[in-house]
Amino acid sequence: MNKLITVSPSPHIYGKDSVSRLMYGVIIALIPALIVSVVMYGAGAIIVVMVSVASCLLFEYLIQKYILKSEIRITDGSAIVTGMLLAFNLPSNLPWWIIIIGALIAIGIGKMTFGGLGNNPFNPALVGRVFLLISFPGAMTIFPKAQGWNTPYVIPAGEIDTYTGATPLSLIKNGIKSGKGVSELLETSGLNYNDLFFGNIGGSLGEIAAFALILGLLFLLIRKIITWHIPVAVIASVFIASGILWLFSFEGNQAIMNSMGMKLPVIQFKDAEGVLKMFHMADPLFHILTGGVMLGAIFMATDYVTSPMTPRGMIIYGSLIGIITVAIRVFGSYPEGISFAILVMNGFTPLINRYVKPKRFGKEIKNG
Amino acid sequence: MLKTFSKGGIHPPENKLSAGLGIETLPLPKNVTIPLSQHLGVPAKPVVNRGDEVKAGQIIAKGDGFVSANIHSSVSGKVTKIDTETDISGYKRPCIFIETAGDEWLDGIDKTDVLKTETSLSPEEIIAKVQESGIVGMGGATFPSHVKLSVPRGKKAEFLLINGVECEPYLTADHALMLAKGEEIMVGIRIMMKALKVNKAIIGIENNKSDAIEHLKAIAAKYNNIEVCPLKVKYPQGGEKQLIKAVLNREVPSGGLPVDIGAVVFNVGTVFAVYEAVQKNKPLVERIITVTGKELKKPSNFCVRIGTPVSAFIEAAGGMPENTGKIISGGPMMGKAVINASVPVIKGSSGILLLPPEESKRKEILPCIRCAKCVSVCPMGLEPYLLMPLSQNNMFDRLEENKVLDCIECGSCSFICPANRPLLDYIRLGKTSVGKIIRSRKSS
Amino acid sequence: MNQIIIYTIASLSILGAVSAIILYFVAQKFKVYEDPRIDEVEAALPSANCGGCGYAGCRNFAEALVKSDNFDGLFCPVGGNKTMEAIAKILGREAVAQDPLVAVLRCNGACEFRPKTTNYDGATTCAIEAALYGGDTGCQYGCLGHGDCVEVCNFDALHMDPVTGLPVVDDLKCTACGACVKACPRNLFELRKRQKKERKIYVACMNEDKGGLAKKYCAVACIGCAKCVKVCPYDAITMNNNLAFIDSEKCRLCRKCVTECPTNAIIEVGFPPRKEPQAEATVQAAQTENTSQDIVSAKKEDISTNLNKEE
Repeated sequence: MNKLITVSPSPHIYGKDSVSRLMYGVIIALIPALIVSVVMYGAGAIIVVMVSVASCLLFEYLIQKYILKSEIRITDGSAIVTGMLLAFNLPSNLPWWIIIIGALIAIGIGKMTFGGLGNNPFNPALVGRVFLLISFPGAMTIFPKAQGWNTPYVIPAGEIDTYTGATPLSLIKNGIKSGKGVSELLETSGLNYNDLFFGNIGGSLGEIAAFALILGLLFLLIRKIITWHIPVAVIASVFIASGILWLFSFEGNQAIMNSMGMKLPVIQFKDAEGVLKMFHMADPLFHILTGGVMLGAIFMATDYVTSPMTPRGMIIYGSLIGIITVAIRVFGSYPEGISFAILVMNGFTPLINRYVKPKRFGKEIKNG
Repeated sequence: MLKTFSKGGIHPPENKLSAGLGIETLPLPKNVTIPLSQHLGVPAKPVVNRGDEVKAGQIIAKGDGFVSANIHSSVSGKVTKIDTETDISGYKRPCIFIETAGDEWLDGIDKTDVLKTETSLSPEEIIAKVQESGIVGMGGATFPSHVKLSVPRGKKAEFLLINGVECEPYLTADHALMLAKGEEIMVGIRIMMKALKVNKAIIGIENNKSDAIEHLKAIAAKYNNIEVCPLKVKYPQGGEKQLIKAVLNREVPSGGLPVDIGAVVFNVGTVFAVYEAVQKNKPLVERIITVTGKELKKPSNFCVRIGTPVSAFIEAAGGMPENTGKIISGGPMMGKAVINASVPVIKGSSGILLLPPEESKRKEILPCIRCAKCVSVCPMGLEPYLLMPLSQNNMFDRLEENKVLDCIECGSCSFICPANRPLLDYIRLGKTSVGKIIRSRKSS
Repeated sequence: MNQIIIYTIASLSILGAVSAIILYFVAQKFKVYEDPRIDEVEAALPSANCGGCGYAGCRNFAEALVKSDNFDGLFCPVGGNKTMEAIAKILGREAVAQDPLVAVLRCNGACEFRPKTTNYDGATTCAIEAALYGGDTGCQYGCLGHGDCVEVCNFDALHMDPVTGLPVVDDLKCTACGACVKACPRNLFELRKRQKKERKIYVACMNEDKGGLAKKYCAVACIGCAKCVKVCPYDAITMNNNLAFIDSEKCRLCRKCVTECPTNAIIEVGFPPRKEPQAEATVQAAQTENTSQDIVSAKKEDISTNLNKEE
């Protein structure tokens, strides 16, 4: 039988890409950020990632075997990617059982209820993360200070203040609420852009080091795993949207006065007691370097399944994610908003796919 | 910065095993099987009978209708039968079987290699000559050339583009032809310019054939208005629409013809055939073909008579390798797999490619992960991921809406798909169905 | 407290009454006249929406029935004569009785009779394989075995036999809607008249090649020897392009052609076993396969009543 020659429709040769190759490419791209998080948070980071990845794999296996009764495809790497991304969105001291719940929600509800890889409308890791954020707001918003191997996984009772600290975003948000200016806040907390860029800050595992995430982005772009459209659109729109608001804030006003001698109006508003207040806001560079913007733009928003298919669609999708993120950060009650922004735009992806078509080759002939 | 087309495209491994090799002429085959459908359109009507003696170059079947072409005997000998035989299409179709005896050519055919540069024929006479000689597009589309040369009334050709791109991996037939017959190609171009009444001809060649580019540039310097345009390597640049976009930066309108934007495209092989027909009075009975494959001992470029069984020149290239999994007529991207090695060569076969078994099997089909790679490589700006399920579910309205008819079947989407989905298989099916629906709508 | 309840009830009632009045007048104003018989006819149809009648769905067919003056060319193959009579009663017309039909597969080229000559390795659809080439066996007329017909069958009447690689028609479930006839790229399905006890005799081959060639690639191909034509007492068999065809209108199920056929290309279905044992294993195979169908057909239930019951 093997001697028979094969006949099949063209093409007869195929590219090297395969689903698992792409997924493992994403995993490789995540490694720099993983290393930074281990350096900064020590054993806790390893435990969180291991628990998350292992439970995602386990749940995927169990669901495929016993519920869907389909072929088992856990080796394609997609569950590992989901597990790593979920872990990257968690604080490094999160109790292990919460991580397992998160993994169950991510894989079980976020992915498998819709039929598995390729059919899920929402990014599974984000579904898990947002579920945990709403269900365990306490545990999900205590972030350990970056102290390397000295950072304990289980924080001893009564020493919470010694080991944990606020993320830069919540620091600024709460500070502004209490009526302080941004420059004053940055000074007192000792935050500088170097720390933001290299990850010496409190936050979720994977979001802290912008440079490691950018390394990952370069790898993804060189290997052609993703295109530039979504990351650039998200980061640029966060920068532009926060930049425009910043120009009309107290801080932006000061900066422009000092550098160019121009004077722009400052937005003022009345608070609950009717006192006129200045609008305070951090600068756009701070906004793109903090929180999950880099992680979200490079790894979460670019998730194949839940992002649009056409370049134009990707740019629309990315820009709206950026705008919603800034809106939540500046006007919302949460200090960080990219997870919600991505989930909201995931919901619009089918609509974007339906109406934003690629530019076709050749013009339409009339009366054709 | 070299020119190329802007949208989509892929870079398959080139594997041009027989690049730079000359053209070998094969000994005459003992028997030839000449299919009557070697062109688009209806099969030609045989004008010989069983038992007739024919000479090489003698017309044996007449084109039936406008997009049909004449067929000539490629050898001299006796017609043994007119019967059906499985040809490259994979179906049994009518063929004329000729047993070779000697190599006697019809009177008036100049078989020498002497270059004849001037022609006194008028444009109409040239087109008539092309039609009589049964010339079709040699790049694989097999569209009768006289139809392309007759520019429809109300339209005007400005440029003659010559396709020397050969973007398909493995194939080197056009490359070898350009190196060996540069002067003849230039004369052929001049003849076609005269027939089309255009003042400008551009030869598009991909950058991986730098020797051919240099060679043709040197010859083109002697002629006015013929230019060689080197192009960046990218598949499917040999597609008519992509070539026009790359060279002239004009886009053929959706559903339109190249002549709508003033361009007419011919393959270099066709140009050479036109030269031979007009200057040498020699109809299309031979072509250059690449025989190649990684397992093959001696990948080569052969000059073969139409109707020779494929096995004859696989033999000449070192014999059929033990482990052959697939025999492809044409290139690996758009070629057609054939059922065995006894199928005859036709006018449109540019190569024979042998693939080992491990390269001939498709991989397991996985669910679509919506990576959008098919969208980004589609040179026509279509959405293969969407067209495939629409075709599976017979949603013809939406297929038409999403421009399935623009598909050029280049196979880039199937090539790139990481989930190994048979995108082009279904798109082709949908395209055929939608085409039928539109035709019936137009006729009613 | 009481007052609140009273006010609530009163205001809601008044609101409801006002809306009802508005709605009534709006409905009167925008009422579109539609022949009430369309609904009645539609109710009488089997609502399978299979398109077997040539219309997009039962509703469209009902409209066509009501609009036209007679039933020329209008027939619901699924409901059959009973349905058409019921509709005729509603519309006050004469129903033209048509013979109930059943689909048969005109190919018996199971894997054992028709060895593969190439491996097909493309999308598993008959339509795509047929567009590509003559098929993975030497016969370019035969069944490709990917089950495009099974896919389109709305009545669960077609199943792939994993052993032979051919689809099998379930006579009881088949409504002759013609979906498989349209789906098969090889035109292998034929709608034949139903005969008593679901018996049928047909040429299970569509091969138009010359005898030797046909036989070379398929052991059970019709070789066009025309022996059946000679033996048939009712002139039911015709030869065209090396292929025999048995007209189900004329065939009287005498079974003479079955024994005459040298390649067993003619198949009998639904008959009791013959007295003298047959030499050909194939015929026996066909019979054993069909004994089960015998039992089923013994129930002798009319397909249409069966379907109507399911409604």
